[in-house]
Amino acid sequence: MNKSQPQIIDESGDKYKYGFVTEIAADTAPKGLNADIIRFISAKKNEPEWLLEFRLKAFEFWQKMKEPKWANLEYPPIDYQDLYYYSAPRQKAAPKSLDEVDPELLDTYAKLGIPLKEQEVLAGVVAVDAVFDSVSVATTYRQKLAEQGIIFCSISEAVRDHPDLVKKYLGSVVPYTDNYFACLNSAVFTDGSFVYIPKGIRCPMELSTYFRINAKNTGQFERTLIIADDESYVSYLEGCTAPQRDENQLHAAIVEIVVLKNAEVKYSTVQNWYPGDKDGKGGVYNFVTKRAACRGDNAKISWTQVETGSAITWKYPSCVLQGNNSVGEFYSVAITNNRQQADTGTKMIHIGKNTRSKIISKGISAGFSNQTYRGLVRVAPGASCARNYSQCDSLLIGRNCGSHTVPYIENRNKSARIEHEATTSKISDEQLFYCLQRGIAPEEAVSLIVNGFCKEVMQQLPMEFAIEAAKLINISLEGSVG
Amino acid sequence: MSTPLLEIEDLQARVCDREIIKGFNLTINEGEVHAVMGPNGAGKSTLSNVICGKPGYEVTGGSIRFKGKNLLALSPEERAREGIFLCMQYPVEIPGVPTATFLKHAVNAIRKHHELPELDTMEFVKMLREEGKKLGIDNEMIKRPVNVGFSGGEKKRLETLQMSILKPALSILDEADSGLDIDALKVVADGVNALRDGHRSMLVITHYQRLLNYIVPDFVHIFADGHIVKSGDKNLALELEEKGYAEFVKEK
Repeated sequence: MNKSQPQIIDESGDKYKYGFVTEIAADTAPKGLNADIIRFISAKKNEPEWLLEFRLKAFEFWQKMKEPKWANLEYPPIDYQDLYYYSAPRQKAAPKSLDEVDPELLDTYAKLGIPLKEQEVLAGVVAVDAVFDSVSVATTYRQKLAEQGIIFCSISEAVRDHPDLVKKYLGSVVPYTDNYFACLNSAVFTDGSFVYIPKGIRCPMELSTYFRINAKNTGQFERTLIIADDESYVSYLEGCTAPQRDENQLHAAIVEIVVLKNAEVKYSTVQNWYPGDKDGKGGVYNFVTKRAACRGDNAKISWTQVETGSAITWKYPSCVLQGNNSVGEFYSVAITNNRQQADTGTKMIHIGKNTRSKIISKGISAGFSNQTYRGLVRVAPGASCARNYSQCDSLLIGRNCGSHTVPYIENRNKSARIEHEATTSKISDEQLFYCLQRGIAPEEAVSLIVNGFCKEVMQQLPMEFAIEAAKLINISLEGSVG
Repeated sequence: MSTPLLEIEDLQARVCDREIIKGFNLTINEGEVHAVMGPNGAGKSTLSNVICGKPGYEVTGGSIRFKGKNLLALSPEERAREGIFLCMQYPVEIPGVPTATFLKHAVNAIRKHHELPELDTMEFVKMLREEGKKLGIDNEMIKRPVNVGFSGGEKKRLETLQMSILKPALSILDEADSGLDIDALKVVADGVNALRDGHRSMLVITHYQRLLNYIVPDFVHIFADGHIVKSGDKNLALELEEKGYAEFVKEK
């Protein structure tokens, strides 16, 4: 009997290498959500009156809303009154340099492989606006960027220092009425990143934020706002890991991007939050609203995401193509293993003339996981000559996983051209045996085949991110082949 | 001189409850080239797959020893690392994986097994180019995804290239000539012959004598109904060509 018959065994859930908890006294609001908690958050952050009003309006609206149930996801009901909505690492005063940052925090980042100190020395490669729980801890390279008029800071700082910009654009792409989770975020968001690229400026470095969820039972509600003014360019990287916990952690972020005339934004995400153990216990619930509006002519937005983490993923980074000739792109790799569930995809809303969009989605399911691609391509009556190309490929590993593709197409313009291709395949025994026969170990073989399958998307990632993403793919598929 | 490399004794194997290999015996010594010839359906491919440990084949009796070790206890990748290479009849496509990347993984997996330092990309590419040149494989080909869009000849050349860089002690050529025109066949045969150094052994599985004009075996075995019915030297292949299989199958 050949002992190495490939089969699915599930033992990867226990290997989450970022599963540790940092002991830091948190300045925490009591559990639950009501208008007073929102006032507490707003007061803690010394926010202006208009922002408190924005939050309270959102909260009022949210109370009338119902949690959406249309996604192909199963999870126990979330008790929104059983969560903490604010926690911040205790600080004496805002640190002026990394030396003043709590060493334990720095240590946590070191474990995550973000050598802030080293980055300071290495100079000028990546600027990190590190978010620990809800409050920004260290922002590097801001000075250098400021010389060009680029603003890269936490959203709280932006509210304080650039209120006009925030007031003008906050909620302009994702209004608080948009959906249940976006509405919740609008009421309780604690921090996130703010980027403004002035007219005609090409941001000289990749802007990068590492997110990390910490503190028990803390809902994490980041809010990111990126504005690319006329003729500007920026590439933004978002990377995430979270410590291992048994409780499910709710995460409902908003990313809003405004792309003006002739500007281009490239937004890349590597998401590696705790997916839960092999039996589906624990893990992050990730309900995120990401949307970019190409407001000006010839504007371009490109989303690239590698999703390997979270127990539940509900995420549809979208492009609203308002400007004529504007371009939206969505490149996605989603990997689910064990009991993970993902309902993810994109929306391409064509409003301007000659708008173009491209969707490349690669879904890989292993173990007992379940994955759905859900995409919408909508062409408005005025969007003459709009073009869309969608390609959705699914790869199944083993017999117990599921993969679904739900493409919605709504076309109201006869001159539009919409193409959709979809494939579903399995890693064949022949492919696997071919690799083994060359001495390659089964897991390495699967990783090679999977990386090959995702190649078109991985190529879109900035170099340093691509390497990290390839590593993540391997980590998340550990144990998927015996 | 005659150190046994592969020793198959009374091997019995089945696929989906069907007996395919029925009491097969064969010993290949170091440096020898053996040809196993048999009609369609004799179990030739089953034999090579069983030796390599392909999932789906059940060994119900007998033994296989390789370098004195119990081969049947090893996983397919361990067998490959120990030095068994199967030159496949129909190499599969692996989309998106550059051939060079694939080969680097294979070379380093085997080097690691033999406690040799892994090759870095520079060293590997240099070696690959040199070996590729000999087989008429250009740099473009090794950048393409593994076997994707390769012609039959290109696929076989790539198999031969792998054989030459992985340096197996035993190469099993499963119908190495299928789908090849005469020019491509010569390239592959030259590549294989270049590996004959008196130490490496080969098991050439074919149902045509044609290939054996180019890769001349030391021994020829006629394989029918799951076992060897007659053994001889290279002349047996010519005799077989003349008389056909029916003659030998009757002899049993």
